[in-house]
Amino acid sequence: MSFYFAQLLTGLANASSLFLISCGLSIIFGVTRIVNFAHGSFYMIGAYVAYSTITTLDFGILGFWGGVIFASIVVGLVGLLVEVTILRRIYHAPELFQLVATFGLVLIIQDLTLAIWGPQDYLGPRAPGLDRAVRIFGEPIPEYDLALIVIGPLVLAAIWVLFHRTRWGVLVRAATQDREMIGALGVNQAWLFSAAFMLGAFLAGLGGALQVPRESVNLQMDLSVIGQAFVVVVIGGMGSVTGAFVAAVLISVLNAFAVLLFPQISLVLPFLVMAVVLIVRPYGLFGKPGSGHGPAAEPEQPMRLMSKGEAGLLAVFVALLALSPLFAANYTMVLLIDLLVATLFAVSLHFLMGVGGMVSFGHAAYFGLGAYAAALGVKFLGLGMIPAMILGPIAGGLGALLFGWFCVRLSGVYLAMLTLAAAQILWGVTFQWQEFTGGDDGILGVWPASWAKSNQAYFYVAFVLCLGGIWLLQRVAHSPFGYTLRGGRDSAIRAEAIGINLKRHQWMGFTLAGAVAGLAGVVFAFSKGSVFPDTLAISKSVDGLVMVLLGGIHSLAGPILGAGVFVLIEDWVTKLEFWRFIFGVIILVVVLAAPDGVAGGVSRLRGLFSRRTKDGEAAQ
Amino acid sequence: MNVLEVRGLSKSFGGIQAVSDVSFDLGEGEFLALIGPNGAGKTTCFNMLNGYLKPDRGSVKLGGRELIGVKPRRIWRMGVGRTFQITETFRSMTVLENVQMALISHHRETGNLFSRATRMHVDKAMSLLETISMADYANRACSELAYGDLKRLELAVALAHEPKLLLMDEPTAGMAPSERIALMALTAEIVARERLSVIFTEHDMDVVFAHSHRIIVLNRGELIAEGTGDEIRANPHVQEVYLGGGTVFENTGATADA
Amino acid sequence: MINRRDIFAGLAAVSMLAGAGTAMAQDSIVIGEINSYTGLPAFTVPYKKGWELAVEEINAAGGINGQMLEIISRDDTGDPATAIRIAEEMISKENAVMLFGTFLSNIGLAVSDFAKQNEVLFLASEPLTDAIVWSSGNKYTYRLRPSTHMQAAMLAERAAELDAVKWATIAPNYAYGQDAVKAFKSELLKLRPDVEFVEEQWPPVFDIDAGSAVRALEAAKPDAIYNVTFGGDLAKFVREGSLRFLFEDRSVVSLLTGEPEYLEPLGDETPSGWIVTGYPGADIDTPEHNAFVEAYRAKWDEDPKTGSIVGYNSILSIKAMLEKAGSTDTEAMLAAMEGLEVAESPTGPFVYRAADHQSTMGAYVGNTELVDGAPKMVDWVYADGAEFLPSEEEAAKLRPAE
Repeated sequence: MSFYFAQLLTGLANASSLFLISCGLSIIFGVTRIVNFAHGSFYMIGAYVAYSTITTLDFGILGFWGGVIFASIVVGLVGLLVEVTILRRIYHAPELFQLVATFGLVLIIQDLTLAIWGPQDYLGPRAPGLDRAVRIFGEPIPEYDLALIVIGPLVLAAIWVLFHRTRWGVLVRAATQDREMIGALGVNQAWLFSAAFMLGAFLAGLGGALQVPRESVNLQMDLSVIGQAFVVVVIGGMGSVTGAFVAAVLISVLNAFAVLLFPQISLVLPFLVMAVVLIVRPYGLFGKPGSGHGPAAEPEQPMRLMSKGEAGLLAVFVALLALSPLFAANYTMVLLIDLLVATLFAVSLHFLMGVGGMVSFGHAAYFGLGAYAAALGVKFLGLGMIPAMILGPIAGGLGALLFGWFCVRLSGVYLAMLTLAAAQILWGVTFQWQEFTGGDDGILGVWPASWAKSNQAYFYVAFVLCLGGIWLLQRVAHSPFGYTLRGGRDSAIRAEAIGINLKRHQWMGFTLAGAVAGLAGVVFAFSKGSVFPDTLAISKSVDGLVMVLLGGIHSLAGPILGAGVFVLIEDWVTKLEFWRFIFGVIILVVVLAAPDGVAGGVSRLRGLFSRRTKDGEAAQ
Repeated sequence: MNVLEVRGLSKSFGGIQAVSDVSFDLGEGEFLALIGPNGAGKTTCFNMLNGYLKPDRGSVKLGGRELIGVKPRRIWRMGVGRTFQITETFRSMTVLENVQMALISHHRETGNLFSRATRMHVDKAMSLLETISMADYANRACSELAYGDLKRLELAVALAHEPKLLLMDEPTAGMAPSERIALMALTAEIVARERLSVIFTEHDMDVVFAHSHRIIVLNRGELIAEGTGDEIRANPHVQEVYLGGGTVFENTGATADA
Repeated sequence: MINRRDIFAGLAAVSMLAGAGTAMAQDSIVIGEINSYTGLPAFTVPYKKGWELAVEEINAAGGINGQMLEIISRDDTGDPATAIRIAEEMISKENAVMLFGTFLSNIGLAVSDFAKQNEVLFLASEPLTDAIVWSSGNKYTYRLRPSTHMQAAMLAERAAELDAVKWATIAPNYAYGQDAVKAFKSELLKLRPDVEFVEEQWPPVFDIDAGSAVRALEAAKPDAIYNVTFGGDLAKFVREGSLRFLFEDRSVVSLLTGEPEYLEPLGDETPSGWIVTGYPGADIDTPEHNAFVEAYRAKWDEDPKTGSIVGYNSILSIKAMLEKAGSTDTEAMLAAMEGLEVAESPTGPFVYRAADHQSTMGAYVGNTELVDGAPKMVDWVYADGAEFLPSEEEAAKLRPAE
């Protein structure tokens, strides 16, 4: 019995630290509706600053807790700076555009941390006065664990008091429920948002600082924690701090006992819990319907077919691409193949997000399924290139059919999170199931047939398949099915009121996007010759999101431009030292200069240009 | 013959009886208003007719077929069109495309992956726009329309599948008085021409008395009066309810004249 | 306010500077190098310093066969697909004659498969996976660093000398951890058929719930523990384990923990008496190693780490190979690699076995200890890799038919 009690305490201590990491994310989302990818980075800064302060000051107990508070305040100020200089300018951009900006921040903060603290891991000192274990029912329990078990609920209580007993807190809660109303009441929304963001960052910093006595401070902290924090916030209900606490306890205690029975489960457990919770309670344990939706997006212009001139321009471009093997260098071919794959992937994600209004944080799952289906076909069935290629879209489509059935029941950020959970579960299985998928060692030897072996020949394979896929989705976007999806995105109520079974159309749209992503995965697999779990990792999904959002979500040309810009910048910038910093800055510049993406920026430039010429003509 | 037969409709939310034992009929070509002060149960009642709420008890029969438990989209397919209190349109589409979408759905072509949606049912959609005098707006983006135009567009969309019954939830809410009169006159004209039956809820008593053939009054979830405009105006029970609610009928006549 | 044009002008200038380095020196041997410099700087930066030192020394001494060595080094961003693209660029655009590098096993494997497809020589410096020379081995790929299997076997030999019968294992749940546990189990059971494995913990890599894992191990009451966790996971495991007395009266054998990259961050919490593989750094007192340490300190003002020695030995291998081949023709280089002997290196001589393309470079096995407050490996011995590899005939059978 005492053993299980001690295991419970271990779980509760983990729950506290998980809660501290996640509650700030929940507050930030609740008030500003920003899905803050940089939250893990704030956490990492908190840990680094606390480590440096504590080890430099070395004041014993006072120095330790002083260092923790100091680090939290520093991170809070960093958060304020970020909010005022960057995020404040893009609140009115399309929903989720802020996500790209925070992703840029992640890159910048990674390189800044590396530059300031260097590459090595640091193991901070244990907390003075709490550096031993005490025996409870004969089982050793670290004192610091007990401290954490107290600190978690204390912070929860402090937030509760702040939100329920101060005017500011009441306004924050009101803003969480109804943003427009706060504006109508004449409250200075800008400062409310800044303060909420700062509080969220402060809590992230606190979470990081309090981890110093438990684990080493290192450069992987940011990304290893962000996935978990998302899971906790979603399970709890986005914007609910109490929910985050309950979710943290649920996950940590479950994990503490699950590892006794199934030592392999840790990786997928949180995502399994999240998937189950979202299927049963679509808004999380404490979330309210509607709280998952962001601000009303800018009205989108109706789609139109291409004009003759534009079609001509496109034809020239495609012809140029088709002839490129005749004049381009060998390496350019490789780059073009990558570009085609990225474009098809981005177009399939855009079909889901832009046309269907279903934001996916886990679209790489279907890309990876396609790649793996082809690779497994080659490895186990000995298939040739073409038969293996046929497997890809089928696998991507089937995967999307299965997960889509659950996902389309939700909407907004919750749908996005369930797609993330699905992708993480698939990734976990691929990563750990060495006998079948090769695990992290992947599957090798997925090379094209001998006739397509040269880069030039394979370029044509990629050209036909990718342009075919892009053409298909563009065609579908203009079809009644595509219009139905767009209609459902604009107004689900109206769609239902003209007899449309929206969920079923969304489900089929999800499946189609998955199948096309699978096609992209297949082309990818044969171009690289090997497949690894990275193909379905979060980072791949984020790449897709960045491409789509950079390109501009409101335009069918957006994902094409976005993928092009992304691949070319990436190819160029990764040759430089500190490329993540530069890449992050480029992303921020694009985000700030063209909040409607590259496509939006281009059309605005064109508008500006035509107005100028008109003005010029008038002046003459 | 009755188009719609409502019997014993009841619904409670957490112990509060929102609608209690409401029964009425709707005849072919009839223009029926559902009125009552705030919280009387109009919207609840309305949402049970169109399938968005499931009643605790009661039945709603359309041409003899039960509607209770049928999904909204199926009710639409059975020949019931509807408009919303706050307009619901496809904002990223043109006026014409909004109507085309209703036609595409009516012809069960939403699964079509390859035709150009904008080239389908153009003539029929244009003629629907002509009935509401919006043909000139056909290629305007929906997001650019004035509110009154959106209301008219919804009417065209609701008429696209040639319904037997039209459900209109506060059709004139949020419109200027002159627009209200024009919209309801247009609706009445179409209803008369197409031999449609209409149920609408409404706050504006001018609209109610000017256009309805018959009026049903709800209060606290119960049907308290039923009759023509004159009968309702003279009904002391209704007077009392509405005076309590602060609405004075005598004044409304003056506005209508203005 | 920052002018956007200025930023782009600045970026353009930076890119031109970056590009300028590659255009020069027709008279040099160009070699492509790929590694995870941004993803895992703690391991790859010392490695880079190691090979840069070797290149500098070789070029200062007149190069190889009269030609200077020129290394084009790129960051693979931690992504195998990017690594492949860079490899392609190095071969087709930069005219690299061969490739070397990589740290992560999956990237090493991806590049080795690329090398096979494109018929380019690839020296995998750092990846540990057994697959790269055995189950997925190919004609074009050689590997320098002692593999997972070799290091696990070195530990198994020591573990067999212990009295412990009941063993528990803890390893990150992915290919490396799974391979390391499998190899250790089979090697230990060969030597000690009487041992049994009573508990396995498989935390996710870089995301260990150390408290729970420690308690699960404790519950099984093993006599000894075999640990494969590393980096941040290791630090958490050590701290939670010592807080909860997991290591009291228990032997622990631990893979790679003696490498300074992993050992140093443990600081004064370094557990004492763990049997580990690793690299004792400046404590190695041979003329070759002393010379290396001196030069390394002079250039970088710090002590070498495991990565440094691997990077340094990579270039020594390439030098030996090029001198033997006398040409940069791939077939000639492949012929030279077969059974290539690197007679002098800071860690002593080693050869590249013809049968499985694995080098016999060894590792150091010893005990962890805090010496004057600093973590150290003590009582270490050099374990020659050759003794912990299957015979060449057996190894050849592990490889796919060419």
